[in-house]
Amino acid sequence: MGKYIVRRLLQMIPVIIGTTFIIYAMVFALPGDPTAGKCGERQCPESFVAEYREKYNLDDPLPIQYAKYMGQVVQGDFGTNQYGVEVREDLAKRFAVTGRLALMAIAVEIVIGISAGILAGIRKGRFVDNLVLVSTLVVISIPIFVIGAVLQYFLGVRLGLFPVTVSSEATTYELLLPAIVLGSLSVAYVARLTRTNLVENLRADYVRTAISKGLSKRRAVGLHALRNSMIPVITFIGFDFGALLGGAIVTEGIFNIQGVGGYIYRGIQVRDGVAVVGAVTALVIIYLFVNLIVDLLYGVLDPRISHD
Amino acid sequence: MSATTVDTPQEKRGSGSKSKYVPQDGCLLEVDDLYVEFHTEEGVAKAINGVSFDLSQGETLAILGESGSGKSVTAQAIMGILDMPPAKIPSGQVRYCGRDLLTMDPNERRHTRGPEISMIFQDALSALNPVFPVGWQIAEMFRQHRGMNKSDALERAVGLMERVSIPAARERVKAYPHQFSGGMRQRIMIAMAIALDPAVLIADEPTTALDVTVQAQIMQLLADLQQERQMGLILITHDLGVVADVADRACVMYAGRLVEKSEILDLYAAPAHPYTRGLIDSIPRVDQKGQTLAAIGGLPPNLTRIPPGCPFHPRCYLARDICSGERPELRELVPGRFAACHFSEEVLGA
Repeated sequence: MGKYIVRRLLQMIPVIIGTTFIIYAMVFALPGDPTAGKCGERQCPESFVAEYREKYNLDDPLPIQYAKYMGQVVQGDFGTNQYGVEVREDLAKRFAVTGRLALMAIAVEIVIGISAGILAGIRKGRFVDNLVLVSTLVVISIPIFVIGAVLQYFLGVRLGLFPVTVSSEATTYELLLPAIVLGSLSVAYVARLTRTNLVENLRADYVRTAISKGLSKRRAVGLHALRNSMIPVITFIGFDFGALLGGAIVTEGIFNIQGVGGYIYRGIQVRDGVAVVGAVTALVIIYLFVNLIVDLLYGVLDPRISHD
Repeated sequence: MSATTVDTPQEKRGSGSKSKYVPQDGCLLEVDDLYVEFHTEEGVAKAINGVSFDLSQGETLAILGESGSGKSVTAQAIMGILDMPPAKIPSGQVRYCGRDLLTMDPNERRHTRGPEISMIFQDALSALNPVFPVGWQIAEMFRQHRGMNKSDALERAVGLMERVSIPAARERVKAYPHQFSGGMRQRIMIAMAIALDPAVLIADEPTTALDVTVQAQIMQLLADLQQERQMGLILITHDLGVVADVADRACVMYAGRLVEKSEILDLYAAPAHPYTRGLIDSIPRVDQKGQTLAAIGGLPPNLTRIPPGCPFHPRCYLARDICSGERPELRELVPGRFAACHFSEEVLGA
């Protein structure tokens, strides 16, 4: 196990270098002069341009620039963006919001998705099952910006049950509706995944064994079958959490959430290379770690998976 | 029921806990004119069509037959683990110590599974839950039925694993099913099934998935345990070779009916039904090396369309006109020997 973790951590190094270099090169390749428009209507003075190019190592060749940048990142310095704000500070604030939103969306997936999946699975072919199958299909078919806008209008504007937009404090209550919207697609997938796996496991020989051991139906299904059915579901939710930490541009846009997705989007729009590269680098690292944790979790959930 | 004498093996059972089920005259289980059908889209498959047999304390009964003859379905009907629907039991009784299990309250019946009647399955790898340690799965019997705490139950599991000869049982109690060999897994399955000292143990093809040397060991273990605990053992198999030394009596099934029922040695010495004869002749023998193996021609019938008359007649070397017209009833040829064939005397004499 320890060896496996070390091996995985070492594998991350080339992945991180590769992905960040690609991002860096792409931002580098964007046309336009980064100092243009920095000084209002007029041309920037020579001295300012020189200082700017010096500060961001713009006169070095791409690999050198990249190496210098990564040297800073390793020390925890993500650089300063155009507005003179440290990217690290920005990211810390943004990730705090996005992380809470992601956790809440995951909670919605677990509570609603798994419950619906279990109900459908144990009542296969009955009304509840069909209800779940149809409603999840509807959710999967509708684009998320439609779901977001519709729920915002009806639950937020018309009924006033939820705040319409999220303030800069981003309280849990304000994030509730966005979390439901953000989690809705995965809720549908989780429900279907749970149902399919439960139906399959209910037919398994070990469930028949559990019944022949004289266990109650509740225990045979709720423990023996469900424990096995949860393996792929929990793995899916884990990967989804990794993906949600990358921010959600659409949902953040609808509800005015100051999260990571919007940060990167705006960074790309205004050619704020430092912000974009910093945010994406952080995302890559987080995603890789979440992946590692999910893989380790998989080994815990399914003893047949060996990490030796 | 209280008037019946309680004999020694019964007292040994249950290690102190008094069973409310007391065998009458040593008879544990009576299957009485049992019918099972499966309602499928292709029609009604009549899997069991009037099967009757009984099982006494300390007796080993073999149920023999090809795939699809209904032997496993019979076992599942006794255990009450048929999926209903599609399965349906239109009539018949399964009496355990005089109580009909089929009409018993489901919750009461559930409590007979494990302490009274227990079952082991063919493929222990899929029959054991892959995500729980084997010791936990054995201990679950004590925890759920006896309300034992975790450590006591695990201690009992270790004892059982030692009893079924699993090496280093104490160290391996926390191991998972996939970490054992096929033979060891079947031993664990057996340990789990005998955990609560059941009066009846049903073994459904317990050695089919194992290689030959391990088969012999497992059969020996079952025979030893059966002797030791005076269980009634129902041994379901298609392999006539493995049961000859172990079983006392045998029932031969074909198309959901008993076609022969007798002492096992009589059956081997002189079968009274052409089907039994075919089964015995198709056992490979060393002294017939190089010769063509005698196989029964044709296939078992589709259970949605069982042939009229004797269901075996399309495959029978003896078949005559009467066979397709009139179904032979199971009749007693000599005391203790039953067969369902119009020409049993002829088969016996051959």
